[in-house]
Amino acid sequence: MTDSRPVLTMTGISKSFPGVRALHNVDFRLLPGEVHALMGENGAGKSTLIKVLTGVYGIDEGNVTLDGEQVAFNGPMQAAAAGVSTVYQEVNLCPNLSVAENIFIGREPRRFGAVRWGEVRRRARQLLARLDLDIDVTAPVASYSLAVQQMVAIARAIDVQARVLILDEPTSSLDAGEVAQLFRIMRQLRDEGIAILFVTHFLDQVYGIADRITVLRNGTLVGEYPIAELPQLALVEKMIGKELDVLDRIDEQPRPTTAAIESGAPFVQVSQLGRRGAVAPFSLTIHAGEVVGLAGLLGSGRTEVARLLFGADRADRGEVQVDGARTGLRNPVQAIERGIGFCSENRRAEGIIGDLSVRENMILAMQAARGWLRPIPRRRQDELVDRYIKALSIRPANPDMPVRNLSGGNQQKVLLARWLITEPRLLILDEPTRGIDIGAKAEIQRLVVELSDGGMAVLFISAELEEVLRLSHKIAVMRDRELVAQLDNDDTVDADRVMQTIASGTEREEASR
Amino acid sequence: MSDAGNRFRTMLGHRLFWPVAVLVVMLAANTIYRPGFLAIEVNNGHLYGTPIDILRLSAPLILVALGMTLVISTGGIDLSVGSLCAISGAIACLYISRAPDQNNLVTVLTALAMALGVALVLGAWNGVLVSVIGIQPIIATLILMVAGRGLAQLIAEGQIITINSGPYRAIGLGHLLTLPLAIFIALAAALLVAAFTRRTALGMIVESVGGNREASRLAGIRSGRVVFLVYVVSAACAAIAGFMMTANVSSADGNNTGLWVELDAILAVVIGGTSLAGGRFYLGGTILGALIIQTLTTTVYAMNISPQTALLFKAVVVIAVCLIQAPAFRAKFRRRRPGAPPPPQPSPQRQKEQVPA
Repeated sequence: MTDSRPVLTMTGISKSFPGVRALHNVDFRLLPGEVHALMGENGAGKSTLIKVLTGVYGIDEGNVTLDGEQVAFNGPMQAAAAGVSTVYQEVNLCPNLSVAENIFIGREPRRFGAVRWGEVRRRARQLLARLDLDIDVTAPVASYSLAVQQMVAIARAIDVQARVLILDEPTSSLDAGEVAQLFRIMRQLRDEGIAILFVTHFLDQVYGIADRITVLRNGTLVGEYPIAELPQLALVEKMIGKELDVLDRIDEQPRPTTAAIESGAPFVQVSQLGRRGAVAPFSLTIHAGEVVGLAGLLGSGRTEVARLLFGADRADRGEVQVDGARTGLRNPVQAIERGIGFCSENRRAEGIIGDLSVRENMILAMQAARGWLRPIPRRRQDELVDRYIKALSIRPANPDMPVRNLSGGNQQKVLLARWLITEPRLLILDEPTRGIDIGAKAEIQRLVVELSDGGMAVLFISAELEEVLRLSHKIAVMRDRELVAQLDNDDTVDADRVMQTIASGTEREEASR
Repeated sequence: MSDAGNRFRTMLGHRLFWPVAVLVVMLAANTIYRPGFLAIEVNNGHLYGTPIDILRLSAPLILVALGMTLVISTGGIDLSVGSLCAISGAIACLYISRAPDQNNLVTVLTALAMALGVALVLGAWNGVLVSVIGIQPIIATLILMVAGRGLAQLIAEGQIITINSGPYRAIGLGHLLTLPLAIFIALAAALLVAAFTRRTALGMIVESVGGNREASRLAGIRSGRVVFLVYVVSAACAAIAGFMMTANVSSADGNNTGLWVELDAILAVVIGGTSLAGGRFYLGGTILGALIIQTLTTTVYAMNISPQTALLFKAVVVIAVCLIQAPAFRAKFRRRRPGAPPPPQPSPQRQKEQVPA
């Protein structure tokens, strides 16, 4: 395998954007029948390299050859036609079109110029069957979960007669079972001789599937390594260029015990809160300074719990007490008035406002709370925005840049800043570390610990059990849209026990404690 | 790169550069064709001349386009503004025509207040359809666009209402400080809208709702209220424009007052740089856009272009303006000819040569 000729080579690639050098003299090659992981922090140039390859951006300098022939694609369609297919980080489908239409859009099978819809549906079903997915292909894509949408995007990519398949963060919205399913497909495709370029932030996944690794840092090539020669720790060091010990420090820090926190008065108490079709009635108490982790599989109702607590969806039963007084959380405005903030898992659709600048995105929630007649004075804006750009090390540190130009991790930090500026008493973080690099991840985890030490309550939702275990005082476990257990995060609780609870749904007696 | 070159780049990159350039080129072309075009003369203490006419005639369009800018910024569109012009004009004229003394200032003010009140109610109707019921803006306002013409006919009982009222006529033809009053009304409206959106946080909130309605709601913005508000503002602007249009001719014609003004207004907004997809809005750009459209109309008349080809001529210029403004189009242009700025008014044939297939 190693001595076969590369199907794709990129040599001396450079690419600049106004004020930023995104790539500098980067070499990259891809062999047929391998899974090649492209690693690097946010902003290291991974996405840029892919976009340069598929022709989304023009190349400033350097060559791309496919099967020994020099190519320059002028867009993803042309790249796909030449056999280089891409599945992007954020699901790129038309939400209101059907699954089948999305898979075949732009290349529908035709007869005499008319689209053969029966054929479209039949072939879509066939393709999805290859991915072990049995869904109604005539339903709009928007009616399915993000995970299913991702699968549809992959189905779309592999239907094109691909020789190179690029997967940019394909697993960030998938749960463990779906990741295993995806890996099975990837191995199958690899064995068929397709070269797979795989970008992810999950180190474990890299070691689970990749054959070789290329590491980028700050737009330059660090090196290309066979997986066996690069242990995990060495990889992290190469990615960030320094030893990573932030996470260890979190673990070593003495933290107030659950008992100490729960002796205080509860901040938010909900009892039998629920919404038909979204989440079964649940009860939960959150104290000041407490980090409550919400664990469970994708689609188990974690996000739905968060949305009810923030008033993003309206509960149809149950009651809420804030500071001991009964109250309603019927919409986000009411929740914000009571000191609750919420970072949605869906950064692009429910978080950032891409058109507006970093500054405007940051002050938005505070401004909304003040009302439009009382604009925040410019000097105060500058002060707040500068402080949080520094505190969260947001890059580039330009408050007037449209937020859509920032990388995913930095957008997440802007959203965090938006809520921190409002000084909430309870911050709900739904998958705050998804799709961002390990450095930013560690920073966000550190921040959660600091905030809770400062008295802020945090509801922390993550698919990564390790994170939940590290940060939480108490872990609420969701299963099938039901809160099945609440575990005090003491020495007896570990990943296995939480996983068992997720799997079996037992420990109900603890939930009723 | 040299300092001057840098400054030139910055100027080229400014979003108002191309609309201003187009306007200048159009005025220059007119002046070459007819050297007296820019001449302004003083007569009876008032200024007269083609430039003044352009300003005066563009006043109603500026008003309608200001409201339209806010609506479009929220990602919506208001097709009913033309009908609203007709309705408000008809109500005001009807009231005045039935009054014993048409020149009484109180009568005229009462008529204006009544007509404005009805327009606000109709704007609220649009707002409720879009923000509360959730009908797509283009459909929701289409209802009033069609029904509104009927309503205007009903008010006028199918007749053209003619009035003879000095104070009312002044709205369209009066003068203040040597300039037509209509210019001051449009200017005041522009300053008012600018102050309300840019001196408060309203502008940012409107842009935020237009950029991403759900994200704005989750940030604690009452998105529905903002959307409702912009349709009411748009209706108010349309009503005042309707007064001007009817005052110009001292009569209200339910069929023709403000006919197709919604399309000109949308065009002005787009020329001004505000995206139809919503988000950022540019009031200054909108005003320039309205001036460009009125200059174009005046040019068509001044150059004696036959009515049969006038619309086509307008269309060609508008296409050119929109293309020049599109960054993607300019990027293609620049890649072909590095360094050289594109000529401001390429003909369609020229564009074909320059755009790679």
